[in-house]
Amino acid sequence: MLLIYCPYCEEERSELEFRQAGDAHIARPTNMTEMTDEEFEAFFFLRDNVKGLTFERWRHLNGCGRFFNAARDTVSDKFLTTYKAGLPKPDLSTLRPATEAIVETYEATESDAK
Amino acid sequence: MSGANRIPGAGRLTPAKTARFFFDGKSYAALEGDTVASALLANGVHLVGRSFKYHRPRGIVSAGAEEPNALIGVERDAARKQPNVRATVQDVFDGMKVISQNRWPSLSFDVGAVNNLLAPFFAAGFYYKTFMWPKQAWKHVYEPQIRAAAGLGVSPTEDDTDHYSSRYAHCDVLVIGAGVAGLSAALAAAKTGARVIICDEQPEAGGALHYDKSVTIDGQDGFTWAQATAANLAKMDNVTVLPRTTAFGYYAQNFVGLNERVTEHLAKPDKKLPRERLWQVRAKRVIIATGAIERHMVFANNDRPGIMLASAARTFLNHFGVAVGKKVGVYTANDSAYEAAFDLKRAGITVAAIVDSREKPGEAVLAEARSLGIEVLAGHGVVDTGGKLRVSSMSVARNGGGSARKIAIDALLVSAGWTPSVHMFSQSRGKVAYDNETQRFLPGTYAQDCLSVGACNGTNDLQATIEESLAAGELMSNASGFTASEKLALQGVNAFSWTGGMAGAAEGAGADTTVKAFIDFQNDVCAKDIRLAVREGMHSIEHIKRFTTNGMATDQGKLSNIHGLAIAAETLGREIPKVGLTTFRAPYTPVTFGTLINHSRGELFDPTRKTPMHALEEAQGAVFEDVGQWKRAWYYPRAGEDMHQAVNRECKTVRDVAGIFDASTLGKIEVVGPDAAEFLNLIYTNSWDTLKPGRCRYGIMLREDGFVYDDGVVGRMAEDRFHVTTTTGGAARVMNHMEDYLQTEFPHLNVWLTSATEQWAVIAVQGPKAREIIAPLVEGIDLSNEAFPHMSVREGKICGVPTRLFRMSFTGETGFEVNVPADFGPAVWAAIYERAEALGACAYGTETMHVLRAEKGYIIVGQDTDGTVTPDDASLGWAVGKKKTDFVGIRGLRRPDLVADGRKQLVGLLTKDPNVVLEEGAQIVADPNQALPMTMIGHVTSAYWSENCGRSIALALVAGGKAKIGQTLYVPMPDKTIAVEVSDMVFFDKEGGRING
Repeated sequence: MLLIYCPYCEEERSELEFRQAGDAHIARPTNMTEMTDEEFEAFFFLRDNVKGLTFERWRHLNGCGRFFNAARDTVSDKFLTTYKAGLPKPDLSTLRPATEAIVETYEATESDAK
Repeated sequence: MSGANRIPGAGRLTPAKTARFFFDGKSYAALEGDTVASALLANGVHLVGRSFKYHRPRGIVSAGAEEPNALIGVERDAARKQPNVRATVQDVFDGMKVISQNRWPSLSFDVGAVNNLLAPFFAAGFYYKTFMWPKQAWKHVYEPQIRAAAGLGVSPTEDDTDHYSSRYAHCDVLVIGAGVAGLSAALAAAKTGARVIICDEQPEAGGALHYDKSVTIDGQDGFTWAQATAANLAKMDNVTVLPRTTAFGYYAQNFVGLNERVTEHLAKPDKKLPRERLWQVRAKRVIIATGAIERHMVFANNDRPGIMLASAARTFLNHFGVAVGKKVGVYTANDSAYEAAFDLKRAGITVAAIVDSREKPGEAVLAEARSLGIEVLAGHGVVDTGGKLRVSSMSVARNGGGSARKIAIDALLVSAGWTPSVHMFSQSRGKVAYDNETQRFLPGTYAQDCLSVGACNGTNDLQATIEESLAAGELMSNASGFTASEKLALQGVNAFSWTGGMAGAAEGAGADTTVKAFIDFQNDVCAKDIRLAVREGMHSIEHIKRFTTNGMATDQGKLSNIHGLAIAAETLGREIPKVGLTTFRAPYTPVTFGTLINHSRGELFDPTRKTPMHALEEAQGAVFEDVGQWKRAWYYPRAGEDMHQAVNRECKTVRDVAGIFDASTLGKIEVVGPDAAEFLNLIYTNSWDTLKPGRCRYGIMLREDGFVYDDGVVGRMAEDRFHVTTTTGGAARVMNHMEDYLQTEFPHLNVWLTSATEQWAVIAVQGPKAREIIAPLVEGIDLSNEAFPHMSVREGKICGVPTRLFRMSFTGETGFEVNVPADFGPAVWAAIYERAEALGACAYGTETMHVLRAEKGYIIVGQDTDGTVTPDDASLGWAVGKKKTDFVGIRGLRRPDLVADGRKQLVGLLTKDPNVVLEEGAQIVADPNQALPMTMIGHVTSAYWSENCGRSIALALVAGGKAKIGQTLYVPMPDKTIAVEVSDMVFFDKEGGRING
């Protein structure tokens, strides 16, 4: 079970209090009715299934109730940082390396298996 | 007497404290503190089980959690039968019933053993290759047969009568393992004042000190020191000592699952105590001191009962006082096994010979063997064994060939070396590194805030282990913010330091052989099976594992993984680290489901929500149904009525007189603020600007993709205040949906949202006499049709308490919904109920509510819609504000597929035979004579008997449905095909005049 730092409560709390809420930094267009089908498709349906660093929204549902953003590594599951909704993506160079190579287990040797 | 093989003076158990237990119906004596394994061995019983595939006789291999063979069933009573218990970790208690597994009719004569003779046909991957044809046979012949033969042990068929508990704990330092390393680390950490939890899977601390009698620490006998140290730790306020507690899973951010066995060892447990307790520990730092597990030697017929790990034989002798044989052989590639021979010899047991695969055993142990007069055959191997139900001989030959010499023995102690237990480290996502020199995987790169110490860290030397562990305890405490006031030092002395070790097949079981040299005892995997897997193209260790099932048994390959890996590497011609280790996963040892679910069963499985009026409704005879977590009054049967009759009566009464209904479960959200109307404009398809305070409107909410998400009536209480209602099931997600948009997309709006679902009790009063029922109770509100028309809301008093009184209807009748603060609900319900009864009205439940709303064609979101229905599909297009420039879903609604012809639309269905009620979910076709598979054009979403219409009614989603009104369609059922006519959705009072009565 993860500990997640709520940027509003300014506290690490148990994962049980939070809900993931999809990808972050996808702003709802203000000109909804003028969008082409392709633009709407890109905005609403298309998402990257990132291996490694991803930006996503979380809600401190059973806590302060606020939505916030997180930079998280989908390989290690680690939260690199969390920040308030509306703030820009944080400077990644100050964060730890996103993906750690895994050497000894199946996940790594799988690709070697011919 | 507690067994013929108990040696007087040996071991740490008290001879006077005896217990009796039964093994396959036969009574045996034991001592308190015995495991089932030690007690059986004390009585000379080695044969305890049959292997899974070949049904070969099997004995006790180990003295610990790694046991692959000695799996037993433990029965307390009919409900409490635990299968697959490892005899080596289960304490004996008085009156215990133990049964062997995987044998029929008896352990010594097992029909399934024919599999052993058929073994050539049961090679690895046999299932995948054999049961391919004929295709039909898999389902009807092979699978049932295989399933009947598969599985170990028998599950209890009755509900578990035990209870289990759960506890969350936080600490600065969690120490896993209470051997020399763990105790030293815990001691150092505890002295700093840090909060320490130390757990160990065994009943008492000590770890390897259970068997290694030669150790002294600070001049004290090692095991005695361990008990004293554990006791001292337990006395400290900042330390929790947890014996019989296995750390089974290491999860993210130092979250570790512990399984404490509280009463499993007791004959008559206190009923108040849980059987097991789940600890969920969040530790700032973790010290892993899990030791090492001895490996067996891989040679021909190495699985006979009586062949066991050398350290296990030492444990049985030095801790339990049990000699595992009278004339034992030793086969080793490592010095440690010599000490087992020494201990047994000194206890008066004959040691036939020590066979050492190495040309050069350690000099110190060699010298000691000589002085004790034990024959050592260096550079030799055991190439075969004899004996049916117990080993009776070993055949010893010089490495590289030569004639074998047969030596009579009744037990054979084996050791191929020690495998550091990196399970916890690996589960923490640490990366292990292969140490070429010692041929071991050791902790490499750490992923979490933990440290490994002692044998699991590859530290062999006792004093080095102590110093490393003391340092780790202090270091980890420092990291958690504690500092030591004094430096601790301990002096450990032991007899020998060990060298040696091997992985893979030993002499006589090499690449060109086909002997049964077992790697994985429980799953019957031999060295040759690994080679076969490689030959058949499995090159990844994970594929080899699945093809052969090596390491996939309940012991998870604690003995077998390294051997399997070494043989695979050799066969592949690659180095061991290049082949890779299989991933370690939780749990370390099996955990019962009872422990994992602990309190979350029965009534505590899920919360039950009851409305304020629940008790009154119960007294009024309501039958309840579950709606999500809610209990809702379903119908109110009177004497002699079944559900159908009760619902018919309720339906008639509401339309003829009136009815009262508990609508408290409706979701309610208070939307307040200067921008409240603007916010609702964006959330709902409707326009709210034109809604005046005191009036209500039915609103539809979409998702961004244009599909109906929820609906409900919204009342405007004031310019800046709305009383929003949602569906019962949608309350939480609608609140989340609104919060999401308010916080992240429309944060410029000055609006507050408050969930008020449980703050309001809601009593719907519906029917021609609704007004008459409530009129005498209401103060301060003019109830006349002119002053208070349909879709209005007023604030005033009812029965003397404040109310938000809505004039609205989900039945099509004149209706009111009385909202009062929840605590007043029962009193107001009682008062309204009394009035209703007097006027000939009745209470009605959700079933009648469903029928009445369907008679009027009112939809239920989630029943008549399924997440792919637009407002237009549901004939609710009128509720979409045509002039609006934005709302959630506005763009989604314009997607080509959502405006295309032929969409499924909600319509009414009238069966040609009015007495036939359709089944909800039934598929609809246009041509009932079409060949299968027929083209399905829709499905029935709601179907009821309508007493008011005197016929059945239904709603359905039908492709192009609105254009099909008047046409005949068909609903094929298993026994008949039902003809239906498509109609509009309103079945009763089509003009809709009653609502304004």
